[in-house]
Amino acid sequence: MKALLMMGCPELPVQTAAGLYIANKLNDEGFDVTIAGNKAAVSLLLNSDPQRHYIRKVMDLDRCIGALAEKKMDFDLCFVFIHSDSGISYLATVKSLSKAKTVAVIFGKDIEPLIEASGDSVIIAAKAVHNPTPLRAQIDGVKSWAALTR
Amino acid sequence: MNYEILLPNSSFKECADFIKKNFKEVYYVEAGFKIFDNYLVGVSPIPIAVDGEDVILPYVKPCHGCFVLRIPGKEEAERLRAGKY
Repeated sequence: MKALLMMGCPELPVQTAAGLYIANKLNDEGFDVTIAGNKAAVSLLLNSDPQRHYIRKVMDLDRCIGALAEKKMDFDLCFVFIHSDSGISYLATVKSLSKAKTVAVIFGKDIEPLIEASGDSVIIAAKAVHNPTPLRAQIDGVKSWAALTR
Repeated sequence: MNYEILLPNSSFKECADFIKKNFKEVYYVEAGFKIFDNYLVGVSPIPIAVDGEDVILPYVKPCHGCFVLRIPGKEEAERLRAGKY
């Protein structure tokens, strides 16, 4: 099983923590995990995990969209990190290009409009900016990510 | 790439509405459509306008929201007009 974590702008601190946490969960379930993000988002992750315990494959966000569009790769499960309208655009793009089951990981201060805009994706949402605990509680509410792909 | 920003730092919907409202010749493409060596991000169907030899499109950046850009591009304009997409 292959999973993609599509990171947004890393301006909210909880994103990096949530990314590492979800990657760890997916690794434990045996997923082949790829993380896509812009240079800053990927750099934050790699600097937080220097021995690559959690982060194994990374790629540039634009290259990821291109590879999905060209059908050069695909995933079973895709987490899109969303705290702004841009994240919703990336979620819609993944839904258009991939067969993956999508999970909208929504955080920030004003999450309700983002939840509404996420459509039929699985929603993991919490009001969280600096403290990742509320978001982690939502992530822990899912006992098996692999079950979502069946 | 040479471009002009027509609408900065907006939501995708605001950018799509701007294009539909301000241009007569509008084509609709799916997310992931390749143009100017970029793959478009957004909610399909994505409006792209053609004005003379310029292409007007929404461009999403993770940290800065969505922009409407006007980009000179005779070949891409002709490709859109020909329906080759």
